[in-house]
Amino acid sequence: MNTPGMARLRAMRFAKDAMDRDWSDPGLDLDAVAAHAGYSRYHFVRAFKATYGESPGQYLSRRRIERAEELLRSANLSVTEICMAVGFTSLGTFSARFKKQTGTSPSAYRRQHGRRAAAMIPGCYAMLFTGGFKEPPPASGSPLGKRPEGTSGGAPLPDGEERNNGEALRQRR
Amino acid sequence: MIKSLAITTVWSTDQERDKRFFIETLGFTERTDMDMGEMRWVTVSPPGQPDVQLTLMRPDGPGLDPESREAMTALVNKGALGAGVFSTDDCHATYAELKAKGVEFLQEPQERPYGIEALFRDPSGNWYSLTQQRESEELDMSKPWSGSVDDAGDDS
Repeated sequence: MNTPGMARLRAMRFAKDAMDRDWSDPGLDLDAVAAHAGYSRYHFVRAFKATYGESPGQYLSRRRIERAEELLRSANLSVTEICMAVGFTSLGTFSARFKKQTGTSPSAYRRQHGRRAAAMIPGCYAMLFTGGFKEPPPASGSPLGKRPEGTSGGAPLPDGEERNNGEALRQRR
Repeated sequence: MIKSLAITTVWSTDQERDKRFFIETLGFTERTDMDMGEMRWVTVSPPGQPDVQLTLMRPDGPGLDPESREAMTALVNKGALGAGVFSTDDCHATYAELKAKGVEFLQEPQERPYGIEALFRDPSGNWYSLTQQRESEELDMSKPWSGSVDDAGDDS
């Protein structure tokens, strides 16, 4: 079943894998990620979102917050150090994203979870739990296989969503 | 009484390509390759473990309805499926060897409580763990256990 739709899914996987692998690389901007897929930047953002349910920038940001959670649980680093270690340059942005994703501030998260949940789960599964398979919005129907290939998935999100990129995916102007 | 795991499934979008990957790149042994008309039955084994076979199974083969075939193939291509954990006695060396052969890694070797672990994909998109278990086979909880600390520190 080597249809164009499947080739597109493979290309999106290469891009997502690059973010999973190189999330701490400051040079990993939108152009670099799109190049892994062999797509132009414009088409890439749409295709990625149709495949994985969020923009590449949102995905990378989520991946970095998840890394920050692990560091807060286990590492003897300050919140500012962790903010830098996972690729954010602004503590304010980091704290806001962290709170949005986890529902709590970085320091409160550490108080709740610190030293308790060391990396007991094999990394591959941890990676999968927080992987790029975010549930689509409820309105867009069955979660599996309902999205037509090559077309946009569900209702278009407001423009602001696409610009809400992770820090390493700052768009080059 | 069940004695052991004998065969497990790896979903393969191209059996010929993936058979070459397992044999030529990973060094596995071919166990079976039979043309059965509508399907091809291919199994391989890790070199040190002849009693466990991986069967390379098409996600769009017979036995599934068209909708399931498409959904299954999409899952494989999107990279949603993992197929197992391979053990190695030297994760860093195996990582270097396989990476030089072009294997797509998702994660460099990292220290974990249970050992050293890297992650890679096969050409179809299934992910695997490559784990070097601790010699004591006990969890080592003495360290903070976050492989990303050192990596990130080097970058900053």
